[in-house]
Amino acid sequence: MTKSDLPDPASLLPLPEATFHILLAVSDADRHGYAIIQDVAVRTGGQLKLSAGTLYRSIARMMEQGLILETRERPAPDQDDERRRYYRITPYGREVAQAEVRRLAQLLDLAQASGFVTGRA
Amino acid sequence: MRFFRLLLHLYPASFRSEYEDELAEVFARRLRDASWWGSRLGVALDAFVDTVSNAAAVHCDILWQDVRFAMRVLVRAPGFTSTAIVVSALGIGASTAAFTVTDHVLIRPLPFRDPARLVKVWEDQSPNGPPELEPSPANYRDWKRTNHTFDELAAYSGLAANIRGNGEPERLEGALVTAGLFPMLGVRPAFGRIFSEEDDRPEAPATLLLSTGLWKRRFGADPGILGRKVILDDLPYVVIGVMREDLHFPYRGTQFWVPARFNEAAYADRSDNYLNVIGRLRPGMSIAQSQSEMQVVARQLEQTYPKENLHLKIAVESMRDDVSKKSRMLLMAMLGAAFCVLLIACANLANLLLARALSRRKELAVRTALGVGRERMVRQLLTESCILAFAGGSLGVLLAFSALPLLARLVPNGLPIAEVPAVDLRVLGFAAGIALLTGIGFGVLPSLRACGSVDFAGLREGSRGGVGGRKERLRTALVTAEVAGSVVLLVSAGLLIRALWHIETTDPGFRAAGVLTMRTVLPVPKYASGARRNQFYSQVLAEAKALPGVSGAAYASFLPIVFGGGIWHVTAEGGPPENVTPRDTSLRFITPGYFAAMGIPLRLGRDVAESDQPESNKVAVVSESFVRRYWPGQNPIGRHFSIANAVREVVAVAGDVKVRGLERFSEPQVYLPYRQRPDNALAFYAPNELVVRSTADPSVLVSPLRQIIGKADPEQPISAVRTLSEIVEMDTASRAVQVRVLGAFAAIAFLLAGIGLYGLLSYAVFSRSQEFGVRMALGAQRRRIVAMVVRDGARLALAGVIPGVCLAYVAARSMSALLADVNPADGATFASAVTLCLVMTLAGSLLPAVRAVRLDPTRVMRSE
Repeated sequence: MTKSDLPDPASLLPLPEATFHILLAVSDADRHGYAIIQDVAVRTGGQLKLSAGTLYRSIARMMEQGLILETRERPAPDQDDERRRYYRITPYGREVAQAEVRRLAQLLDLAQASGFVTGRA
Repeated sequence: MRFFRLLLHLYPASFRSEYEDELAEVFARRLRDASWWGSRLGVALDAFVDTVSNAAAVHCDILWQDVRFAMRVLVRAPGFTSTAIVVSALGIGASTAAFTVTDHVLIRPLPFRDPARLVKVWEDQSPNGPPELEPSPANYRDWKRTNHTFDELAAYSGLAANIRGNGEPERLEGALVTAGLFPMLGVRPAFGRIFSEEDDRPEAPATLLLSTGLWKRRFGADPGILGRKVILDDLPYVVIGVMREDLHFPYRGTQFWVPARFNEAAYADRSDNYLNVIGRLRPGMSIAQSQSEMQVVARQLEQTYPKENLHLKIAVESMRDDVSKKSRMLLMAMLGAAFCVLLIACANLANLLLARALSRRKELAVRTALGVGRERMVRQLLTESCILAFAGGSLGVLLAFSALPLLARLVPNGLPIAEVPAVDLRVLGFAAGIALLTGIGFGVLPSLRACGSVDFAGLREGSRGGVGGRKERLRTALVTAEVAGSVVLLVSAGLLIRALWHIETTDPGFRAAGVLTMRTVLPVPKYASGARRNQFYSQVLAEAKALPGVSGAAYASFLPIVFGGGIWHVTAEGGPPENVTPRDTSLRFITPGYFAAMGIPLRLGRDVAESDQPESNKVAVVSESFVRRYWPGQNPIGRHFSIANAVREVVAVAGDVKVRGLERFSEPQVYLPYRQRPDNALAFYAPNELVVRSTADPSVLVSPLRQIIGKADPEQPISAVRTLSEIVEMDTASRAVQVRVLGAFAAIAFLLAGIGLYGLLSYAVFSRSQEFGVRMALGAQRRRIVAMVVRDGARLALAGVIPGVCLAYVAARSMSALLADVNPADGATFASAVTLCLVMTLAGSLLPAVRAVRLDPTRVMRSE
């Protein structure tokens, strides 16, 4: 998919919760499926445990949308399992994640202005 | 683990092949992390729920993707898309229209409470009389008292009455009903109350229920109508309620209901058969059981009243099945034809999809090369065919609904249902089901065929793809089936057209052209005396005859075709014994000049005359079939027979008339002079039908005749104004509609088969263009190329025509009851259908043939 084929990031917002967390999980390193599940669980303090079905259904759609791609680069052979597939965020995926963060921040600002939120945690 | 692998089959194959190993790995890890059997069970349950919900979601994701892709692809091929949509619209539209009407008339439960237990109960006089005859009030009372079969038994009878006040006098159709009838049917009034047992007593005040239509039309929807007095046939009735708009009981057009009040006089005459009886079976009682139980009642009645109940049986049939055999056959023939059209349309659609899939071979090969699996591609192609079928289905449903007013003429009048079928979820569900079946059933084979042989050969430059034998054979078989189907429909439509012609050319026994008819029912007691009545007739007839262009005018009890009843038994002096000859004859009282006004020939003797007075010699005119039956080969003039409680002398013989309609057997006819009808008897036979023959257009007589009748009696309503020709046409109206519908279906089938044939031959020419190029380069004459293409077409047509002719014969035999003496193997019809198919073949193959010979050999060969 060339960049011109990709839709405006705003058109994908709001992102489904699973999609956003997967983007965060692969934003700093390439990860395989199970590692993503673990990373999301750690990152959310165990509040969000992605099921395998939700994970791979989200991955399939995100690859279709051009948010992530499967990378051919593998870790060192002693840490690798050949059945595993590694996923990497694309520049477009990063753009979309940033757009989602901005959206959430605006929401939070609005909520604060309305007196719903007393202060950031 | 094996459980989980099995569970993964819920996912689409493309998703499974991509992620199966990883999903299994995650599951295995979780299983390993679970410390004891309880948590392992939890992991398994979790996996089950997760897989089921996500598999459904993945299927939806793919469907949505496929739909978007299919829409893009279809919009890019507008020619193919619109052809496929029109083809499926024709098939789905035809079958939806046919189903809607058939369901409305034959299948859908009647709009009453617990309709499955409602039955009609008849006297069965077969084999000596009709199998379904209305019982007399006395027999009805005894059935009701002595049966153990029904929870409830109620009766009704058709009725007509003159209404006056609140506007022009008018003749209204209504019904008299026993008090238990509406509660038994579960029918409620729109407002007011329905009849109670109190209303059934002869001495109770006369009460009346109005239809919503009459209440709105005649009483301006007056909310204070309850308790108002309405004059029907000069007697006051009190309105007690207005029935709901959707009540069509006992038949469409019923405008009022009055209670059936049987006094002792009504119960005294057991041969006065006019009641329709409806029963509600006891729970768990079958129709067969009830029928056999009612025979016990019949035997008791036979012993008590042997004269009227000799050999009498009682017939019970589901109220839903009270549809004439002819109506049923007409509808079934239409449904059969519609499904034939649907199959032809589906074959055509499959053929179009196959051709399209072959032309997309390169695209499919590219997608295969990119790693798209076969299942995914089949699914994509199926989504396309389903979208086409649903788009066609939507258009077809619109077509079907716009045809409903015409098709509604196939809905028999005598059923308690609306004329035009309702369009509801049931009908839309049927259309959606048919569309889905069409899309999947006829899309799956082309998709499998197209994707089954995709290989990288399809990517080669200049590859034509798919000219292979198997695909050709499948397409050939589909076109052959279309030709066969269209032969069946052409023959069926042709035979029905011939049957209609045959019936239309049947001599009704009178000359219909130039005759106007109208009904003036003279109400009793106002016209109870013969003198008053005769004065009315004399004045109206004298003034009518004086109108310009009028050559004859007369009154009669009933018009032929409109009313087939009026049946009496006769005893003829010197005739064959009564037990070997049927005794039924059709009786009418007439004024002088009736035969001339109707155009019925008098073969012998004289017309009835004003001089045939009550006290003079009782005379009769009989029909030729009457003479053949009772005095074959003898001169009947001066002979005597007894009918209608008196002995009559034959003074003339008239031509036979088809009193029961053109297609039915009619009893011999007897005509009696109107002045010899006793004042206090045979009220049903009082002449009410005016017939006026004119040398000019009879419709211009309507207004002057209204004035003449209004002058004779300003309160006298006029009804049923129509020409005699309209009456004859009405008799064949349902057939004419049937012929039009079946003709339309045959034309659609013919067109579809033509499109299919043309498409296949065009494709064949396209795929053989290289061969033709080489042949022409080598000196082959263009004439021979044309002959080759036409020969291919003829071979295809013959392959379809031969089985088509055999199937058409089977279809014709099965509907022989509708063919009115036309031979199911009628040579001319078969020959015409076959010729039409061959002409279609020639037309379908000519254009491809011309295209073949216009090929430039050098260009064709260079492009390869």
